[in-house]
Amino acid sequence: MLSFILRRLGTMALTMLCLTLIVFFLINLGPNLKKLAISQTEMHTSAEQLESWLVNHGYRQNFFVRYGQWLGVLPKQPITDPATGKPAQRFSFCNDPTEPKFSGVLQGNFGCSTKFKTTVAAKLFPALGATGLLMFWVLAVMVPISLLIGILAGMREGSRTDRTLSVASIASTATPEYVSGVIFTVIFASWLGWLNGSAASASQGLTFYNFTLPVMTLAIYGIGYIARMTRASMVEVMTQQYIRTARLKGLSFGTVVVKHALRNALIAPFTVIMLQFPWLLTGVVIVEVMFRYQGFGYTLVEAAGNNDIDLLLGCSLVSVFIVLITQLISDVGYAFLNPRIRVQ
Amino acid sequence: MQTEYINAFDIVVGVLWRFWPVWIALILVMGVSLAYKKRLGLYGQLFDSGVGIAGVFICLFWLFTAIFASTISPFDPLAQVSIMKDALPGAVEPASKLIYYFGGDKLARDVFSRMVYGSQIVLIIAPAATGFALMVGITLGLPAGYYGGKIDTLLSFLANLVLAFPVILLFYLLVTPGIMDTPIPYAMAGLFFLFPIIFFCVLFWTRYKNRPDRLYLLLGITLVVGGWIYAGLVFDRDPLHIIHIDPNQLNIFVAVVFASSPGVFRIVRGLTMDIKTRDYVAAAQTRGESPWYIMLWEILPNARGPLIVDACLRIGYTTILLGTLGYFGLGLAPESPDWGTAIKDASRLLRSFIHPALPPTIALMSFVLGLNLLADSLREQSMKD
Repeated sequence: MLSFILRRLGTMALTMLCLTLIVFFLINLGPNLKKLAISQTEMHTSAEQLESWLVNHGYRQNFFVRYGQWLGVLPKQPITDPATGKPAQRFSFCNDPTEPKFSGVLQGNFGCSTKFKTTVAAKLFPALGATGLLMFWVLAVMVPISLLIGILAGMREGSRTDRTLSVASIASTATPEYVSGVIFTVIFASWLGWLNGSAASASQGLTFYNFTLPVMTLAIYGIGYIARMTRASMVEVMTQQYIRTARLKGLSFGTVVVKHALRNALIAPFTVIMLQFPWLLTGVVIVEVMFRYQGFGYTLVEAAGNNDIDLLLGCSLVSVFIVLITQLISDVGYAFLNPRIRVQ
Repeated sequence: MQTEYINAFDIVVGVLWRFWPVWIALILVMGVSLAYKKRLGLYGQLFDSGVGIAGVFICLFWLFTAIFASTISPFDPLAQVSIMKDALPGAVEPASKLIYYFGGDKLARDVFSRMVYGSQIVLIIAPAATGFALMVGITLGLPAGYYGGKIDTLLSFLANLVLAFPVILLFYLLVTPGIMDTPIPYAMAGLFFLFPIIFFCVLFWTRYKNRPDRLYLLLGITLVVGGWIYAGLVFDRDPLHIIHIDPNQLNIFVAVVFASSPGVFRIVRGLTMDIKTRDYVAAAQTRGESPWYIMLWEILPNARGPLIVDACLRIGYTTILLGTLGYFGLGLAPESPDWGTAIKDASRLLRSFIHPALPPTIALMSFVLGLNLLADSLREQSMKD
């Protein structure tokens, strides 16, 4: 088991290395760097001035050297101040070193956000905290509801309850966040006026009034999928011999479902819930933009829109890490929960 | 001048009336399908359940809407009639006496016509991108599952690499205006669009290699048609000027294919690993058939059930992806009538006007719902066998 986890962690590190290299390459394409230079210098700068800004801030060094610097395996060089000729900080707003120094991701320095004029860490981690809160409430709503729907539907396959709930869960998987968000806002904010159509004030304090719509919107897309998986798993369990034995022993249907079926039927949904995280990540971006909630997704969109290189790299690192770690947890957890599967 | 309005009942009747070519086509197709459903195989079995009929009905509805879009919509989707800015549903346009059934948006365009024309964009790009993703996934997934070993490790690693990208980040990196100045989208298009040609060449070669007369004909057709489409799509050098794709459309097309082919790859690989243990594969191996013949003519036909179901779901998922792209204003032109862009524009103004937001959201939701119902019903039918 331990060697399995270690091997998976090794693959994970390799994947993250490859992915960050790809992201690094794509962000540093010629047109993107030009866009960054234009946004960072004043208006009406000539092409030569843009170029000299890029050269001066180290963006024209060799690609792999810069990747190495970002990663922390090569020393970061300070820039030369054109006025005095002395070494200077690359960006004054985030304490860049004035002498060559290893200062990359491996040393815990995520770099400098050019859009927000601060360090990436100072911007990214509070945003992650805010998104974590959102995720917590989404999971707290989504998991119990979807499991309940799945169990009720799968308990008696083919019954009226089953059909109704199955169509309802298909409908919910057909409703992406930007659709349900609009519909919920129209119903609950515009018509009924019960809830706030913007979660911008949620950064100061969560209330039922400003936080329900984002949570509802995010949860609804996942509910259908998890419910369908739970249903399939429940249906399979209900046809097993031990369920029939339990029924023939004279136990009531409710006892059989709760005591015998449930525990076995919940193994598969666990995996599904863990693998739902990558989807949730995309949903988080949409919902945070739609409801103006200052979290990770909002930061990602701002970083991508303004070609904020270090911040976007930080965001990709975090999101790829989340995807890979949830995959690992789902595999390990599956083996842990299901004694029939043992990793060799 | 005061704008005239028609009442809600007239709006409903008017909208239903505008869709008349769709109703006629639907009645014809559904009638014929119901009459001959016994002979139509899997498609005919769909009509045995209510869910299947609903799925077929919704999908065909949007298909015919896309085909007859110019007849159905009363206005040009890009035309701006300034007096109709933010007009409420049912407003009568003074010049032509035609009606803005679902009102006007903030640029005074007809919401109804835009919704109808939006279906065209979705129904062209989503199935086509899914088709290409299927080709890429099948061509790579079959050998990965069949041979296993190093080739499987490498391809699976690459597929997992792409799958580990959150979709939204992938789009923000791949679908930007800047990237079209670089050769990347064209290189990716050149790579992806090769797969169908390779697929069909290998398909015909393995089957007919002992019958040169038919082989050369089929290979010739594949290469000419494939090469023609390839030249039109990748290099925009179609000698007949029929096939043409805008650079930004090519860009989103490539990004969508890129994002969804690893999923197909995983499914095909899994199915292949399962099917290759069957007796008929062993029989073909004993006969001395070549590996690619076994993959394409023994394994693939037996994997078609799950693949068809997956394709249905995947078209729906691609529609959602296209909507996401539109919602973030990536790739598609700002005035494009596609549903995602319309939802983005409308959702910013929800506080003042809600009517431009509802038609595209309901359209997108119903189309994806139709595809999901179709997939569900197909799955149920194929399980019965």
